[in-house]
Amino acid sequence: MQRLILRLTPAFTVLALFAAWEAVVRLAHIPHYTLPAPSLVLQTLWSNFGSLAGSWWFTLKITFGALLLACAGGVLIAAVFALSRPVEVALFPIAVMLQVTPIVAVAPLILIYVESTTAALLLCAWIVAFFPILSNTVIGLRAADVHLRDLFRLYRATPLQRLRLLLVPSALPYFVAGLKISGGLSLIGAVTAEMVAGAAGRETGLASRILEASFRTETPKMFAALTLLVLTGVIIFWGFNALSRALLGRWHAAESTRFD
Amino acid sequence: MPNVITLEHIEKRFDSGLLALKDVSLQVESTEFISLLGPSGCGKSTVLRLAAGLERPSAGQISSPALSTQTVADTAFVFQDATLMPWASVFDNVWLPLRLAGTPRAQAAERVHAALQSVGLADFAQAFPSELSGGMKMRASIARALVTQPRVLLMDEPFAALDEFTRQKLNDDLLRWWQVRPLAVLFVTHSVFEAVYLSQRVLVMGARPGRVVAEVAITEPYPRQPAFRTSTRYAEACARISQALEAAQAVV
Repeated sequence: MQRLILRLTPAFTVLALFAAWEAVVRLAHIPHYTLPAPSLVLQTLWSNFGSLAGSWWFTLKITFGALLLACAGGVLIAAVFALSRPVEVALFPIAVMLQVTPIVAVAPLILIYVESTTAALLLCAWIVAFFPILSNTVIGLRAADVHLRDLFRLYRATPLQRLRLLLVPSALPYFVAGLKISGGLSLIGAVTAEMVAGAAGRETGLASRILEASFRTETPKMFAALTLLVLTGVIIFWGFNALSRALLGRWHAAESTRFD
Repeated sequence: MPNVITLEHIEKRFDSGLLALKDVSLQVESTEFISLLGPSGCGKSTVLRLAAGLERPSAGQISSPALSTQTVADTAFVFQDATLMPWASVFDNVWLPLRLAGTPRAQAAERVHAALQSVGLADFAQAFPSELSGGMKMRASIARALVTQPRVLLMDEPFAALDEFTRQKLNDDLLRWWQVRPLAVLFVTHSVFEAVYLSQRVLVMGARPGRVVAEVAITEPYPRQPAFRTSTRYAEACARISQALEAAQAVV
């Protein structure tokens, strides 16, 4: 019973917050173009869902596309770094430079150099998302126990056996931790890049909806789009926590519960 | 009795320039239990790593099954920590040496269960290492070492991190396993008492540079009884080894 209450507490907190917000807006007669009540936001979301859904889908495509590429790129580069120390020393500074440059500052340049807006947005989100996966996987591939390495040598494991049975499982918790960070970052990257790009091209995402609504002072619509963004972020967070538990399961109980 | 491991005039200098071993020679017969005893930094672990083929000597000759090309998994190594894969069940951990040699799970099952049975972990095949106590983890580690039926067992302070009760129990069990299926054991320890209780010969090593300074034979017959620990023969052997250790340190 106590555990159930504990589990439901976050939902209660959010509901209480919405109730307070609704009450304040109604009692203080705040105009809807300043702060719409949650009920109005939901109503706007419902009536505009047709047009918002298309934008939502576009943002989701950029977010998960970038995350997928970040996984592939991060893991691939990490594997190369783990195999060759000189390559890591030579290329790691470039990875750091990509990581520390604010995406808002480079996005306009990328939009000039890359013709397709969709590709430019993907690239921006990828730059933001790939670094945690890269650095975590590099550490993870090096984290294999030294004595287990000795044991694999003693029993004359092939390079493939070493990779599959020792290095990949050792790196997995690190990779998953990186994935959790990158999941959130790829959404942030996708939205930020689109904000900079402006509402251009045939397909546009939620960021463009927010900008449009802002120009027309349609505050409830801004909130409606924002609601979808927050929802997406929360789903990504939950999804990767569940994935982490499924992948790490019994053997890394500490890692899979620590960040929940 | 033929020798299964021979080290002749071994010298080991690390890349840092440190001389770890100087002129170390030793022979291990095929069913002999030998302890290597000495202060930390005397290179006793390095001797084990050389015998396992995990290090190359700077000079001298080594012959050991781990270095011959045709026999695989004839040599087993047990480390101070149990060195189990935390992501794999006890069964999968014990299966590992057979798996690396290409034996599929189903074919290995009988031998894995036999190894677990002999170390008293028959009921824990599906458990994960994090669910085991320190002593049980070490038992799983020994089961993994014995599953290939090796000719040589190299143990690097395997019980040093365990409490005294667990340690004595494992000492007795180790001797029991060794008597059921005799094999050559090279046992590194820094405990005089453990070395005397377990071995037929104790090689006392000195540090800087690491070398063998004395060899003490323990003639007590097997199976050894716990009463041996309180006998005068035991006390005398411990005293002789302690003197050799002190003499070695006085030189430095």
